[in-house]
Amino acid sequence: MSWGYFVVATYDFVFDGLGLRDWCDAGNTGSATMSMADLLAQSGAREVSSIWNLPFPSLDELNKACAQIVQTRDVTKGVENGFLAMKDALRFVLDPLTQPLSWILESTLSLFEVTPWWIMLPLLMVVVYFASKSMRLVAFVIACLAFLAFIDHYDYAMQTLAIIFVCAFLCVLLGVPIGIAMSRSDRLQRMTIPVLDMLQTLPPFVYLIPLIFLFSVTEPKLYGIAIILYAIVPVIRLTDLGIRLVDKDVIEAADSFGMTSRQKLFGVQIPLALPNIMAGVNQTIMMSLAMVVIASLVSAPGLGVLVLRGIRNLELGVGLISGLGIVLLAIILDRVTKAALDRVNAAQKH
Amino acid sequence: MSDKIKISIRNLYKIFGANPEDALNRVYGGTTKSELLEQNGHVLGLRDINVDMREGEITVIMGLSGSGKSTLIRHLNRLIEPTAGEIDIDGEDVLAYGEEKLRQLRRETMSMVFQKFALLPHRTVVYNAGTTLQVRGVPKQEFVVEAQKWLQRVGLQGFGEHYPHQLSGGMQQRVGIARALTSNSPIMLMDEAFSALDPLIRTDMQDLLLELQTELHKTIVFITHDLDEALKLADHLVILKDGYIVQQGEPQHILLNPNDPYIEDFVSDINRARVLKVRSIMTPLDGNPVPPGAHGEVDYDNTLESMIALSGGDTSHSYIVMKDGAAVGTLDMTELVRALVPRVASEAGARKY
Repeated sequence: MSWGYFVVATYDFVFDGLGLRDWCDAGNTGSATMSMADLLAQSGAREVSSIWNLPFPSLDELNKACAQIVQTRDVTKGVENGFLAMKDALRFVLDPLTQPLSWILESTLSLFEVTPWWIMLPLLMVVVYFASKSMRLVAFVIACLAFLAFIDHYDYAMQTLAIIFVCAFLCVLLGVPIGIAMSRSDRLQRMTIPVLDMLQTLPPFVYLIPLIFLFSVTEPKLYGIAIILYAIVPVIRLTDLGIRLVDKDVIEAADSFGMTSRQKLFGVQIPLALPNIMAGVNQTIMMSLAMVVIASLVSAPGLGVLVLRGIRNLELGVGLISGLGIVLLAIILDRVTKAALDRVNAAQKH
Repeated sequence: MSDKIKISIRNLYKIFGANPEDALNRVYGGTTKSELLEQNGHVLGLRDINVDMREGEITVIMGLSGSGKSTLIRHLNRLIEPTAGEIDIDGEDVLAYGEEKLRQLRRETMSMVFQKFALLPHRTVVYNAGTTLQVRGVPKQEFVVEAQKWLQRVGLQGFGEHYPHQLSGGMQQRVGIARALTSNSPIMLMDEAFSALDPLIRTDMQDLLLELQTELHKTIVFITHDLDEALKLADHLVILKDGYIVQQGEPQHILLNPNDPYIEDFVSDINRARVLKVRSIMTPLDGNPVPPGAHGEVDYDNTLESMIALSGGDTSHSYIVMKDGAAVGTLDMTELVRALVPRVASEAGARKY
């Protein structure tokens, strides 16, 4: 035998049969990288070959039979090298483009940090009141935040809140126009929906991997981009849907009165789609909150850091209490946006 | 009422489908609606429509669903583009209009009332009524004044700050009418405007429209599937079926002289006594002297129903018909009773359409 190990590869016959044996052996004698599994197989008893344990003709199996075939690990290596080769170019474009995100996140974080609690809490009360017009909800929100402050989680909660404010705001700022554009062009909708599907189904951790290579882990924009990519999907989808669902009769009426497409968009379509858009904003905020916890892996400050500490150091209490804090924030954000949504709905019953 | 023709539709065709030009040539060659659908998969929406609508008149376009009446009215403001034909408004071909002129036409010359009201749910009633001015860029304080005026005129004073969903269907349609009137356009298009309302409210709204019309003399194009409504409102009645005009003319004339089994079947269900007027069945004097022995004088525009009430059901009576204080004809009650029977009783079953 001319190759390095003595396990007879299952697929030898393929290359022998095709008369490729010489090509396979040319220039390479048994230097294929071996995995731990291969080494173990080498040391163990030789397998009895039967049809029941016929391996799938995968790259690794074929490589055993013919050294010219690449191994799977070479494929992942290739992807990595490809990405690294593109990295500098991508970074050259993306870095300055996304730099404002870092500034916004940094300044909002420091704003939330330097504002003393006795200004912040009343300010939030006012915001909640204007969004919901409900004193009960204001009382509930304040009770939750006071509880978090009482157990010394106020600073963490404010950091989380600051990141969510910035990211959700940017999601709406970018997502609503994209949704409007999608609702006006079937072609754009067909092109965008697969991207949105991908963003929505990709596991959150996977977003982080290429971002870590592109940007430095210490930059806030790293987690900012991850959160925005993850959370922007519902607001785009529901804006598109909402505008497409606007009553055709009303659109026809708008046309018959000679509205320009601009008048129609701002005077009819967006207002009538507002309940759906608001539902999208609610979802976007909730998804930002989910992502901001995961983003603590890449230095996002806030309650997620404590959760991470709980996991890493097995500090059960720290993890659970900060988890509770996240739940409270989620309830607050959900209730307030839902209350605002209900007000919009009530204003335009049919 | 003047004799000026406000809207003139000439040889209008509309074909729905992927290749209407090709289908149009087939229709010119005599292909019927069902053949076209079967062979080409194209729908013949309108076929060779010719209508003249006079200024200040109510032209009613009547037909069952699928007859193309809603398609036809949407051609007038080009919400639907025709496949072939000509539409002249005030002598100008609107099909030649560019975007800007078309918008101006929709803003200033025509206003439309919709079957499902199509109000903006997030705006107050007064804002809705003012929409037609607001799109022209009229500032709020001005269009609100104008809108309030018309809301009052249609009987909605004090409802300006309500939202549409707080009003009943009939009131919402009043807002729809006020909105069309606020635009102060000479032409009003009404697409089954009263069809979604219940019968009593519908009668109210018809009366309101007629009352407004005696004052405003707009050119109204009214679409309906209800013959009673059509006969009540129409100065000129156009009956559509499967996209072509079966008969058009003065409603009383159509009622007495239906030229198609389809229309005969239609009119056989009508309460003729209420719809027919004395003028349609009287014997004109034509310069002859007024015959003696009449039981009284009656107005030219009286309905036959009122005549039966007046005579107490006695068929031996006869009356002198007066128009503007002068005798124009005589009415024999026997004649009247005969006119109440439809010319041909419907046995052909044209209802299958």
